[in-house]
Amino acid sequence: MKLMEPRDDERHEPFWTATREGILMLPWCNECDAAFWYPRPVCPRCLGDDLGWRAAEGTGVVYAVSVQHRPGTGRDVDDGPYAVAVVSLPEGVRMLTNVIGCDPGDVVVDMAVTVAWHELSDGRQLPMFEPGSQPTTRE
Amino acid sequence: MTGLRAATAIVGIAEAVSPTGELDQRGLALEARMIREALADAGLGIGDVDGLCYGGNPSGMAEFLGIHPRFLDGTAVGGSSYELHVEHAAAAIAAGLCEVVVGVYAATPRSDRKRSSGNNGPRRFGPPPPGMEWEMPYGLRGPIGSYALSASRHMAEYGTTSEQLAQIAVDTRRWAALNPSARHRDLITIDDVVGSPMQASPLHLLDCCLVTDGAGAFVLTSAERAADLARPPVYVLGAASASDHGSSMTQMPDLTTTAGAVSGPAAFSTAGVTPPEVDLLMGYDSFTITALLHLEDLGFCAKGEGGEFAADGKLGPGGSLPMNTNGGGLSCTHPGQYGMFLIVEAVRQLRGEAGDRQLDGPEVAVAHGSGGVLSTMGTVVLGTEATR
Ligand SMILES: [Zn+2]
Repeated sequence: MKLMEPRDDERHEPFWTATREGILMLPWCNECDAAFWYPRPVCPRCLGDDLGWRAAEGTGVVYAVSVQHRPGTGRDVDDGPYAVAVVSLPEGVRMLTNVIGCDPGDVVVDMAVTVAWHELSDGRQLPMFEPGSQPTTRE
Repeated sequence: MTGLRAATAIVGIAEAVSPTGELDQRGLALEARMIREALADAGLGIGDVDGLCYGGNPSGMAEFLGIHPRFLDGTAVGGSSYELHVEHAAAAIAAGLCEVVVGVYAATPRSDRKRSSGNNGPRRFGPPPPGMEWEMPYGLRGPIGSYALSASRHMAEYGTTSEQLAQIAVDTRRWAALNPSARHRDLITIDDVVGSPMQASPLHLLDCCLVTDGAGAFVLTSAERAADLARPPVYVLGAASASDHGSSMTQMPDLTTTAGAVSGPAAFSTAGVTPPEVDLLMGYDSFTITALLHLEDLGFCAKGEGGEFAADGKLGPGGSLPMNTNGGGLSCTHPGQYGMFLIVEAVRQLRGEAGDRQLDGPEVAVAHGSGGVLSTMGTVVLGTEATR
């Protein structure tokens, strides 16, 4: 699968280091005691900068999904259609991701998913999701 | 808030669109021509202008035009920028900051693409917007993928169907058939839409807007000044805007409800108008789902009922809620930012200048723009002398 590899940004070093162990970290605001997404230098709830990282459960539920029949930037048409989803995590954030490990047309809203890893050229791993085994529950 | 109601009026408009989708002029020359034509329409000259709305660099544009404005608005939030320009300019005029404001837009992506074919160098992009570094690897096609995600959620939550979305494209094409300037005028069916190639599910090719050249301008002034000008004034009865995310669909609180649920009621409230009193909805239709969300968020029907609401053809010619009478972004023109054309068509209809597609004595029209990826909404309620 060809894709645009994200920069190995030192600001996000804990995130990328954890991906090498297969752990999904979320940025965490110590003031709000809550996760947020995407990573940024301030909390999007309180604008505070007392921030850290915490491991996510690694599960989620598909909130919305679109199969790209023509590839987006960085993707290869030869890789065929693929599913891009917004996944709701139990930590209260939503991530944009790919759902892999099944026919893209089988990815549906409310489907339970589990984190899966796509290895990058430098050994870091990009978080994706695959069908999970949890009971499907509406968010 | 009542200070905005009918304090100002659109007194001049200009538009350049072509059935070929291409224009001969481009850039500053095209923008200057639009301003000249809109001022001529109003019976004004460039010397009367003391305010400028331009989504590029407004002071640079002012220099190019040779004017010294005391009001500048460079709001650039995508396709709805022009509704926000009217909102801001109306407030500025009502507050006495300036008296005659022009707003302009031109883009020629269709002929630019042709010009550059054969010598395609690498396209240069600036740094990605915040958050995009976390999304680029996943290959969501822009901009369609973001709208597709919204449609996916709307279908799952409310049972909206591809056929219901297709009806919007079908009715918009029926309007385009009546507009000699529209790019696509051949009638289409629901089967044509759902049978057209899938792009980003659940959106098909015919759920998507065009890519054409296009340009337009408006002139806004005080109601007092408007009374003596060349054309019947089209009053700004209300205007409001709201934004609930930037570029990332993960930050939009609810993919089935846009910030139009804030801007719409606010603009209607200022105008003292309710949705049943609207004779024409110019609702930004970058995709069929975009227009469907406006129907719900502006209160023409309840949340989740947009598909059923649109399914009986009431948005087309002869229907009870005419929408996008010029043929919309889906069938008339879409140069990348479509909001200017909503305003121009609304004014044309309220003046009775819309030719074969002219509505029967409309008095209230709404121009509702969507910018970014369902990110920033601008609602402008316009009315004739009878509604003042
Ligand atoms: Zn916080």
